[in-house]
Amino acid sequence: MFEGLVLNSDLIFLVVLPYIVTVLFLMMTIYRYKFQKFSYSSLSSQFLENQNHFWGLVPFHYGIIALIAGHLIAFLIPRSVLVWNSHPLRLYILEAAALTFGLLTLVGLIAIILRRHNNPKLKMVTSVADWIVLGIILIQVFSGLYVAIFHGWGSSWFASSVSPYLWSLITLNPDVQYIAALPFMVKFHFIGAYLIFGFFPFTRLVHVLVVPNHYLWRKPQVVRWYGIKRHAQDAR
Amino acid sequence: MNVRSQVSMVFHLDKCIGCHTCSIACKNVWTDRKGAEYMWWNNVETKPGTGYPTKWEDQEKYKGGWEKKNGGIRLKSTGKGRIVPNIFHNPSQPSMDDYYEPWTYKYDELFNAPEGPDQPTARPVSMVTGEYINVESGPNWDDDLGGSRQYAENDPNLDALTEDQRQALFSVEQLVFFYFPRICNHCLNPGCVAACPSGALYKRGEDGIVLIDQKKCRGWRSCVAACPYKKTYYNWSTGKSEKCILCFPRLETGQAPACFHSCVGRIRYLGVLLYDADKIQEVANLPDDQLVDAQRSMILDPHDENVIEAARKNGIHESVIESAQASPVYKFVKEWKLALPPHIEYRTLPMLFYVPPLSPVMASLDDTLTSIDKDFFHDVEESRVPLKFLASLLGGGSEGKVLYALKKMKAIRIYRRAMTVGDITMETAQRALKEADCTIEQAEAIYKLTSLCTFDERFVIPPMNREEAIEMMKDPHEHRTNTGFGFVDSPKRSF
Repeated sequence: MFEGLVLNSDLIFLVVLPYIVTVLFLMMTIYRYKFQKFSYSSLSSQFLENQNHFWGLVPFHYGIIALIAGHLIAFLIPRSVLVWNSHPLRLYILEAAALTFGLLTLVGLIAIILRRHNNPKLKMVTSVADWIVLGIILIQVFSGLYVAIFHGWGSSWFASSVSPYLWSLITLNPDVQYIAALPFMVKFHFIGAYLIFGFFPFTRLVHVLVVPNHYLWRKPQVVRWYGIKRHAQDAR
Repeated sequence: MNVRSQVSMVFHLDKCIGCHTCSIACKNVWTDRKGAEYMWWNNVETKPGTGYPTKWEDQEKYKGGWEKKNGGIRLKSTGKGRIVPNIFHNPSQPSMDDYYEPWTYKYDELFNAPEGPDQPTARPVSMVTGEYINVESGPNWDDDLGGSRQYAENDPNLDALTEDQRQALFSVEQLVFFYFPRICNHCLNPGCVAACPSGALYKRGEDGIVLIDQKKCRGWRSCVAACPYKKTYYNWSTGKSEKCILCFPRLETGQAPACFHSCVGRIRYLGVLLYDADKIQEVANLPDDQLVDAQRSMILDPHDENVIEAARKNGIHESVIESAQASPVYKFVKEWKLALPPHIEYRTLPMLFYVPPLSPVMASLDDTLTSIDKDFFHDVEESRVPLKFLASLLGGGSEGKVLYALKKMKAIRIYRRAMTVGDITMETAQRALKEADCTIEQAEAIYKLTSLCTFDERFVIPPMNREEAIEMMKDPHEHRTNTGFGFVDSPKRSF
């Protein structure tokens, strides 16, 4: 299935790397969840610093969630995105929204970095891994904004070239031809994404995997019985 | 009737001398760790006072507990609709400034300082950053400062008083305070459990102890905001929340919790209460002034045949029922109605009860001691700690409940004085008892359990039967050969 591929930088960084980080991601998150479950935490620092926390954490999280959702939509339903973009006004709206969320993320991230750097208490709970995560996300947001500004209409070319490329990776039939012609910064953005994916299981980023969605459905009170005494009537 | 058992507690405030031995016992056993230095699972406050964290009773600020809304109740701080937008920044989370920045001293500098003209000193250093700090507040910063304009005056319970009553508390002649030891109340309708997005907090079915599953906690901090008593704490080092565990490893081996065991004034009682779990929702929904009575009515008589039958049917062990029958807590709370829940208007239905304190005897009326023959309860009703203050703290706002308990305690004092000193006639004493709704038998029982109580009378610890429960799931012999001691996940901050 790899026939016709020439060993070059595209192959290493855009085919081999994503497979390596995917394997790493799956193995390590599962291993960590199974054997170091205690280490799954948001590692919140709001307790130590409650003033600037809001101005960093809130814009960053809202921004990045919107961005990830946007990428995911273009990846999952590229045709619908292209149909939406067929009308110029709708294309402008989508592009402007993406750029806004990108800037929101950047502002929040910079606030987070300054907050961590300037507060002596926060320095005590900031590890090398935390700085690596912040640094790599900062670079990623910068490259993303660069692409959004200088290589416009990304929502369209993502759907027409990047989506097929990613699907080719997922179906184990990798084809870099889809994206071979894309500018360097776009490829750089890919590599950044793969690196974040690779760092993911070793850092605080794992908190993303344990977002508490079941809270929205569970009963307010939780009772645990020891051993076999549990019965349905009491499990509330 | 859905009978459950709960290990419950009574703190007799009239006996508390404010020595903080309980706090130290707890600190040494459980919270002498990095990230937990600032936590006091057990702390002792001076009332009137601002407490720890500062002004924790001010729910306008901390948003703890439940509030009535649209005919039902909801958490003041969070809920299903509100958790999503607030998960990145919890708007009602207290920060370290609301508690205090923990510190220690550079003791080694006392010993290792080079010879010089100055006395060596041990400067305080922050236990968070390790830097020198100026200590500005601590966990007992207003200890004994009952009449302080800076601290006591900010006690949220004073809002219940008239301006005159308030001012009286700060005049030198009227100055008064008492101690208020606090641990987790192991509530029946805990706000912390209901708030946890991860479902990490839970109530143990067999004994009602409320715990945080450290492997499930993700540090969203909702429990810290939702507990109106501020008895869950965020460990800033491990990124997990922690709380009082009622020393369950001790309880399971038949020992009293560390703070109970070490109590110098012997103010603490522990025992099982049987209650009707079907009534939790209904009771938590009632108006403020009915809460104390309603919670009492949930607590079931462990001697009642129907209750015993229902308890057996629910799988409550015979030994636990027997333990409930001997429970000192049942007597204080239900039989004698002496012990009251703290701030029941928060609607978490706390299972730690307080016997209110008698204030110092007042010389009033015509500048002489109140004559006991004329007026038994004058100094109780005109108590130096205003009834309204105690009612705000312990009676859900109702003075009657507090007055009832104080009158009974006073009547028993009169009765015992008649017995031992003899300057009061037994006839007078009996009249006082009658007015306080107390029989001679009850007075004797209360006197004994208050003053002459032995260790085993204060702490009636139910056999937890945990070993039997595990044997039903696993063959002990097989388990032993399979895992030995097992593997424990170390509480490391990150990977």
